[in-house]
Amino acid sequence: MSEVKPRIRLPRSVKAGQAAEVKTLVSHVMETGLRKDSSGNIIPRMIINRFTCEYGGEMVVDMALEGAISANPYVEFDIMVGDATDVVFTWYEDGGAVYTQTEQLTIG
Amino acid sequence: MITRRETMALGLGVATITLLPLRASAAAGDAIAAYTGGAAVTEGGVMITAPEIAENGNTVPITVEAPGAAEIAIYADGNPTPGVAVFKFGPAAGSNRASTRIRLGGTQDVVAVAKMPDGSFMQAAVEVKVTIGGCGG
Repeated sequence: MSEVKPRIRLPRSVKAGQAAEVKTLVSHVMETGLRKDSSGNIIPRMIINRFTCEYGGEMVVDMALEGAISANPYVEFDIMVGDATDVVFTWYEDGGAVYTQTEQLTIG
Repeated sequence: MITRRETMALGLGVATITLLPLRASAAAGDAIAAYTGGAAVTEGGVMITAPEIAENGNTVPITVEAPGAAEIAIYADGNPTPGVAVFKFGPAAGSNRASTRIRLGGTQDVVAVAKMPDGSFMQAAVEVKVTIGGCGG
């Protein structure tokens, strides 16, 4: 299994009450389970099947992913900025592995 | 006699908006019905931003937006499995918009179905022409 490495981009600085655009990308093959290897055996499915972003303990977006999401899943969405600074990103992989990263919003 | 090619060239804009939603294949239709629980789906209210022509079906950028929606589901009716993604917007969401990159096995309609907080559903579709398919043969 190749390394699962999240990359997240938040705005440099945000103001409370405004929407902040968040860009996330996680390195992952997103193996669909439809491909065959050179000897004709089906390569088992191994994808990120769920992605969540929580801000200040509240859900921002909860995404269900299928095999039709490209390799290295990219997701872009908006957070409604309040007082909290912690943004928690979580990726759930087939087979139960979970990858979490926490980032800080700079409010000001 | 108007050929298929001419028709496509002629009415891309109009056809994309008016005709394509009716052409969703049975597989995508079933998947959408499973998502909506068989509820009626009205046309419009969902904006899909996707390229008209995607050179590489392995990674096609798509943005969906539906003001006020609780959820938006994306379907690709020409893929081996039509389901693509479901976005659920939580209380901390700053908009009802999300972007991602998807795989398309060939030229096909991409359908976005929005679930509104009152339990109603709206949908829109766009056709994306794919030069190289993205399902690995």
